Amino acid sequence: MGGRPIMSIEIRSAPHIKGTRTVEQIMRHVVWSLLPVCAFFVFQYGLSALLSLLVVTVSCLLTERFFVRQGGQSGDIGDFSAIITGLLLALSLPPGFPLWMGAVAGIVAIALGKALFGGIGFNVFNPALIGRAFVQAAFPQAIATYTPSFMPGRFYEFIPSSMTLPLMQPVSVVEWLKDRQFDALAGATPLAKWKFEGVLANADDLLTSLSGHMAVGPSPILILLCGAYLAFRRFLDWRIPAAILGSAGLTAWMLFALNDVRFPNPFFMLFSGGLILGAVYMATDMATSPVTPKGMWVYGALIGLLTVIIRYYSGLPEGVMYAILLANAATPLIEKITQPTPFGKGVLSNIGRQKKGASYPLHSGYISREDASAETPKKRFLPNKPKHPPKE
Amino acid sequence: MKLLSYFRGEAFQRGVHPPSCKLTASTRIRRLPFAPKVTVPLSQHIGKTPRPIVRVGQEVLRGEPIARSDEWLSVPHHAPVTGVVEFIGLRPGVRGPWVESIVIRAHPGASQEDLWGRPRDLDAATRGDILQAIWDTGMVGLGGAAFPTHAKLTVPKQAKVHTLVVNGCECEPYLTCDHRVMVEQADDLITGIRYAMRATGAVRSIVGIEDNKPDAAVAIRAAISRCGKVPEGEIYAELVPTKYPQGSEKMLVMALFGVEIPAGDLPVSLGMVVNNVGTLAALGKLLPAGRGLTERVVTVTGPGVAKPGDYIVPLGTPLRFVLDYAGAPGAVARQIILGGPMMGQAAASLDVPITKGMSGVLVMRGDELAWRENQKTYPCIKCAECVESCPMGLNPSQLGMLAAKREYDLMGSDYHLGECFECGCCSYVCPSNIPLVQQFRIAKQILREKALSK
Repeated sequence: MGGRPIMSIEIRSAPHIKGTRTVEQIMRHVVWSLLPVCAFFVFQYGLSALLSLLVVTVSCLLTERFFVRQGGQSGDIGDFSAIITGLLLALSLPPGFPLWMGAVAGIVAIALGKALFGGIGFNVFNPALIGRAFVQAAFPQAIATYTPSFMPGRFYEFIPSSMTLPLMQPVSVVEWLKDRQFDALAGATPLAKWKFEGVLANADDLLTSLSGHMAVGPSPILILLCGAYLAFRRFLDWRIPAAILGSAGLTAWMLFALNDVRFPNPFFMLFSGGLILGAVYMATDMATSPVTPKGMWVYGALIGLLTVIIRYYSGLPEGVMYAILLANAATPLIEKITQPTPFGKGVLSNIGRQKKGASYPLHSGYISREDASAETPKKRFLPNKPKHPPKE
Repeated sequence: MKLLSYFRGEAFQRGVHPPSCKLTASTRIRRLPFAPKVTVPLSQHIGKTPRPIVRVGQEVLRGEPIARSDEWLSVPHHAPVTGVVEFIGLRPGVRGPWVESIVIRAHPGASQEDLWGRPRDLDAATRGDILQAIWDTGMVGLGGAAFPTHAKLTVPKQAKVHTLVVNGCECEPYLTCDHRVMVEQADDLITGIRYAMRATGAVRSIVGIEDNKPDAAVAIRAAISRCGKVPEGEIYAELVPTKYPQGSEKMLVMALFGVEIPAGDLPVSLGMVVNNVGTLAALGKLLPAGRGLTERVVTVTGPGVAKPGDYIVPLGTPLRFVLDYAGAPGAVARQIILGGPMMGQAAASLDVPITKGMSGVLVMRGDELAWRENQKTYPCIKCAECVESCPMGLNPSQLGMLAAKREYDLMGSDYHLGECFECGCCSYVCPSNIPLVQQFRIAKQILREKALSK
């Protein structure tokens, strides 16, 4: 024992131990939690949905590779973040969206939404939504063309528009629907039906997405369950979805209470369209949402409010995308006004405001019971307390 | 999960739960033999450096004062071994630079009994007498800060102290020296608490212990009833939730009383004085005998140690000697940490001595560090983990980005950098592996230098 000299010891700055959480781990768990949602999407729309998921994701990954190689940005195929972008983008597009347009959406999402800002962590807007906003502007007709879910034979054939040749206008699905005894309107989403025809879908049916041939995305209840898993493992912050759904529900309920003929009931608002998917998976994108706890509430409330306002008062049936993008833009501002209060600087440092559940009371009555002369000096708590020199 | 803590009402908000790794929690404290030579650095504490009062070649007894200062914020040093002063001059220091030290060659076969002491009757002593006696022991905070204890126990004129809070949290992973002291030296601890209460004028004392050490609370409660002299309700042993950094005095006061100590203030502004259990237990032993601080309990542990344990180590014992005794084969040691893994300092050399503020020696092997080294560093993904874990309620994410841009003034003025006490929670949780607290240390140092140059 001993005697053997240690050749070299290393010097590092504390802390010398490290938690086990890594960026890869967070992203991997988000991807895992998205898999059931994707599976449900494929179950609803069959081959077209599967191919759309694959094409969009691969296009995101290839674009990311290109920029990481060429631009020297940090990022790795192993960090899974581009996969999340791809899957979310595909889930937000119609299942029969032409595949070449899906590929364009993926390229734009990563190139404009992420690489332009400097790669992972630096993006200002949710990349998936940048991609979707681009194709919404570029291909307004294709992105509004939904097809009914649970079509017979969906696992054997593609929705014809999927296979549109690159740079071509999408093949019309009206004929294809007619062949299967669906009228052309069957492809309208519940939100579009409400907006343009005043037909209101049942909120229960929307919640499961299982009944009939509705043109809806994956079941909100499934998305909420997957999100709950992430929130429970703390891979996403529960405050943001809670704030969005709370604020959207509250706004919709207040309008509904004012005029229940003109405005739909709040449950329809919550479970239709992409609100649940957006609230759970898109608004919670870490890089584009505030880091401060109070800021998360403000950010979520803003998204919920904007969503309902856009849906009710704009020409578009859906507003989640623009609401999130606007709130993304507001994030630095929100963070600035919601910086956390440091320990000892808040109202709680006031001696009269002792927190509940403390082991020992600290009011002056208690102190004087023990010793009449023992008293906390009051002058320390004057509002204009003199600044103390910084401690070494 | 953070959501649950909203309902449980945990002691202080945020914080982290690192794996406790208390390998030596049930091992009895053992005594280390004398090293052939001990090195006593003159500056082991916050405050002024004392002057040596011995000369080379002089024989000293264990416990005899060898350095002292008339400055208030300074403490004397005592010879840890009986022997001959061999050298007074520069020797490798813990922080890297060489420091003024006294080297004593131990007499072979010297006894570990303290030979020098001035027993005094403190039963009728005034507050000033007790403080003077504490000063003479050379006691500093043994928890790691090494702030002179007599200064800490001195209550400013305008303030009154009602409670002596005794810090038995020991929230750092691996360390168990305070835990073992509470279990094995509870009687000394009670004696020390009673002296400290008399020195501060406190009417009661609360020992705060993390709830992963219930045996310590049991031992202290038993010692209170065994002592017989303690009036009912004067000293309590209280369990607080196990959470890092519970051992920070502001967090402990929060856990016990539910109040935040105002930023920039000391606990004394709320009528409290906080002291570490190790310090008070040592005081309880030294004060009645009028002896000086010549040894302390050090946890020698870590994956690279064959015989981990809590050892009573004579101050000044070289690190190399301690590690050899505890069986830390040199070939596997990659990093040696003085203190705990969250806030401790990496030793630069094996020739540095054990000092008064050193609570642990932690030996890490290569394989424990490899995982960290292979972890990639990403840009901040703003996951908010650091904001959720900062016990001081800062925004480490924002501070980290400012530090990368060298906006140190802005960090200090707008983002409360001065409140950071470098607990390391932010760096510990960061999934992007950004060295947050390390950057804050640099920023604080630069701000301090700027303030000095003005």
